[in-house]
Amino acid sequence: MRKIIKPCGLHCIKINHLGVTLGKQEILKDINLHIHCGSLNAVIGRNGAGKSTLIRAILGDVPHTGNIEFKDREDGRIQRLKIGYVPQSMNVEKQTPVSVYDMIAAYQSNVPVFLMRGKKIRERILEHLKIFKADYLVDKQVCNLSGGELQRVLLSMALMDAPNLLLLDEPVSGIDQNGMELFYQTIYNLKEHYDLAMILISHDLDYVKKYADKVILIDQGIQKQGTAKEVFASPEFAQVFQYGKGEG
Amino acid sequence: MEAFSWLQYDFMKYAFLAILIITPLFGLMGTMIVNRKMAFFSDALGHSALTGIAVGVVFGVSDTNFSMLVFAVVFALLLNQISSRVSASTDTVISVFSSCSIALGLAILSKGGNFSQYSSILVGDILSITREELLYLAVILAMTLLFWLLAFNKLLAVSLNRTLARSRHISAAWIENLFAVLTALIVMVSIKWVGILIINALLILPAAASGNISENIREYHFFSIIFSIFSGILGLLVSYFVNVATGPVIVILASILYFVTYGWGRRNNV
Repeated sequence: MRKIIKPCGLHCIKINHLGVTLGKQEILKDINLHIHCGSLNAVIGRNGAGKSTLIRAILGDVPHTGNIEFKDREDGRIQRLKIGYVPQSMNVEKQTPVSVYDMIAAYQSNVPVFLMRGKKIRERILEHLKIFKADYLVDKQVCNLSGGELQRVLLSMALMDAPNLLLLDEPVSGIDQNGMELFYQTIYNLKEHYDLAMILISHDLDYVKKYADKVILIDQGIQKQGTAKEVFASPEFAQVFQYGKGEG
Repeated sequence: MEAFSWLQYDFMKYAFLAILIITPLFGLMGTMIVNRKMAFFSDALGHSALTGIAVGVVFGVSDTNFSMLVFAVVFALLLNQISSRVSASTDTVISVFSSCSIALGLAILSKGGNFSQYSSILVGDILSITREELLYLAVILAMTLLFWLLAFNKLLAVSLNRTLARSRHISAAWIENLFAVLTALIVMVSIKWVGILIINALLILPAAASGNISENIREYHFFSIIFSIFSGILGLLVSYFVNVATGPVIVILASILYFVTYGWGRRNNV
């Protein structure tokens, strides 16, 4: 089991004037965010507001303007930011012969997975799967996992790099109410015991209210940010969500 | 011995060696073509061979193998680019390009009623392979093995989730283009022996059959290669003794393997 570290609260990640334009369409503009380690930040907004694009821009998957800084709060020293990412789903159809070991090793190791099973990498994978009580899944096919199991596997994989910032796309399919509660409890635990900051794209406002330290409402730009209470009571929030509560 | 009498002919010896090279190559490559749902893509590539030859004829290239190879590589890269940009479904885009290219090829090659001299490429003839051509096949097998050893994990990572791969600094575009070019080279180098009409079956069937019964990537590769070699060698022998074209016999055997593994997989819940 990995050693548990208390969040130090001394690092922060600053996103300055981030903008994304694809073709002629401006998808995000002038996003400024200040994220502290040990905090859970929920990004909410209507469909097509640019939530997923924000995550992809931070990951460097889409070209963007502006910059992302990772600083020590005390002396302002800039460090290299390590980002972990938990996607919503994987491209696996029924009957795809890819096991959990294959998937994680493909991302984490150079030992060709078609040829042999690396002993070291397998141990490392098991060690991280254990954090989320998912080690029994290591030889299962990815396509046969339940939504909740897949999320735990993906979280384990994201933690293998010891990231400073964890980006999560909340699962929307294949997870029941119980699974959702478990998912939020798991990431809440993660926040408490690891030295990392989290940005979560969320579609479920009830869970956001319950678990997020900070809520960011976006629609192209940031409409409102603050505690869940502040954001939910704001006129901007009412405007975005007037056509139906709970809409992502 | 009677059973090995066929080995006394040089053309059978070369054909046997060619099969020993082509089938593992196809078994290997097929795994990721099936996983990445590129069956249609490789099919379109096969069809583009005709256009490649036609382009060579138009420009007066003395060796149409060369123009075929170049055209296929360009075609593969173009298809990759377009299907990642255009919002229409990949199937439709590939179909449009494939039909357009094959029509163009047929039109040019049939000018003056001379198409029959090219029709051998439709069915292919493994018995006509020469020693030098075996060498090309061996080179491409070596290239593929090298790519697989160095880049297979990355290719799998990109196939499973592009954004996740990018977050780990894997260049998705590079890997995908390399894979497409490699597929183009393999299809073109072997198309004369296997034939346009059945080359895709040889790429897809062993991997698809293996997918029916495999639970992880290693099993998937192992069975795919075994199935491919098995149907290749048995197909050659059957075609020799029964006196029918080799390619179709191989495909029939591979199809039988697919149906058997499908049934087995269903019963054992793989």
